[in-house]
Amino acid sequence: MTVLADAVAVWIFVLGLYGVATSRNLIHLALCLTVMQSATYVHLLVAGYKRGGTAPIFSGVPLGARTVDPIVQALTLTDIVVSVTVVALILALALDAHKLRDTIDPEELDEFRG
Amino acid sequence: MSPGTRRVVLVPALAVLAAVIGAGLADLPPFGHPHSPYGDLLNRVAVPERHTTNVVAATVFDYRGFDTLGEEFILFCAVTGVVALLRDQTEDTGQGEDEPQNDALPVVLMLAFGPCVVIAAWLAAFGYLTPGGGFQAGVVFAGVALLIYLGVGHRHFVVAARDRVTDPLEGLGAGGYVVVGLAALIAGMPFLHNLFGPGETGTFASGGSIGLLNWASAVEVAAANLLLFTHFLGAHVAPLVRGGGA
Repeated sequence: MTVLADAVAVWIFVLGLYGVATSRNLIHLALCLTVMQSATYVHLLVAGYKRGGTAPIFSGVPLGARTVDPIVQALTLTDIVVSVTVVALILALALDAHKLRDTIDPEELDEFRG
Repeated sequence: MSPGTRRVVLVPALAVLAAVIGAGLADLPPFGHPHSPYGDLLNRVAVPERHTTNVVAATVFDYRGFDTLGEEFILFCAVTGVVALLRDQTEDTGQGEDEPQNDALPVVLMLAFGPCVVIAAWLAAFGYLTPGGGFQAGVVFAGVALLIYLGVGHRHFVVAARDRVTDPLEGLGAGGYVVVGLAALIAGMPFLHNLFGPGETGTFASGGSIGLLNWASAVEVAAANLLLFTHFLGAHVAPLVRGGGA
């Protein structure tokens, strides 16, 4: 089970990395980066999971109940916000590149001219 | 860089990455048995200390509230960057004609509108008691704005969601967070120290500043998303609308 949980995170990361490395389209690249970053959500939540633990929300759950780690959940939230902002910036740059060079293929954008 | 040289650079980098990930995963505690002293501590003390029942919200807006301030400004800076990049492409004055609407669409949107607003307000207002919080609420509020976009069409939407509405809202969200922090300083406490006392556990009037910070981030996230939507839509859709679908 330990192996499986970690394997899911690594698998998502590798999928995204493959996409980023082979991407021929900046929008595709931004989405692959999101996939890569999703691996960190899975990994964080796996790292904080406690067997038999419930969500760290004590409405209807008695104090002292077995709950998972709230810190990693807060970090995941931060992670998601950062991911969204980075994707937004990349997409804006992709729009700009398309306007200036009429392509969003990184191969053809190799030499940036002024 | 040619594909050949790129492969030469990539393969050793991947080997190093694989080694680092492997070494990192090998030493982790087994699944389901984490070493989380900090998390366990918060799970024990958050409810007695802050009287909020959602420990994640208490962590985000209180125990690690200063981190969240930084996060708010990451969002703020990124959105500023996007707006700066796209600004000259979005001189959209709302001219041109919208496509004629399907009659069923406004009905469906109106049915979805009410529940979505209620869900968003509930996520923000009770986020520190039940699952939810300012960030989630902000995203749902922005989703409501997209429903309106679908309903009224591009032309009316860009007029309504002008920067003079969304810019101040975004500033209000980010600035409001700082103001709550400064208020604690003025009251003679550390920056972002929880104000107003904890209240009664599990009720609306609990958690002190956490509720206010929840709303500040909800406004910030909603305005940031709305700014992104309008600028991307302006840069992409407006030429299509103006050019008659060309």
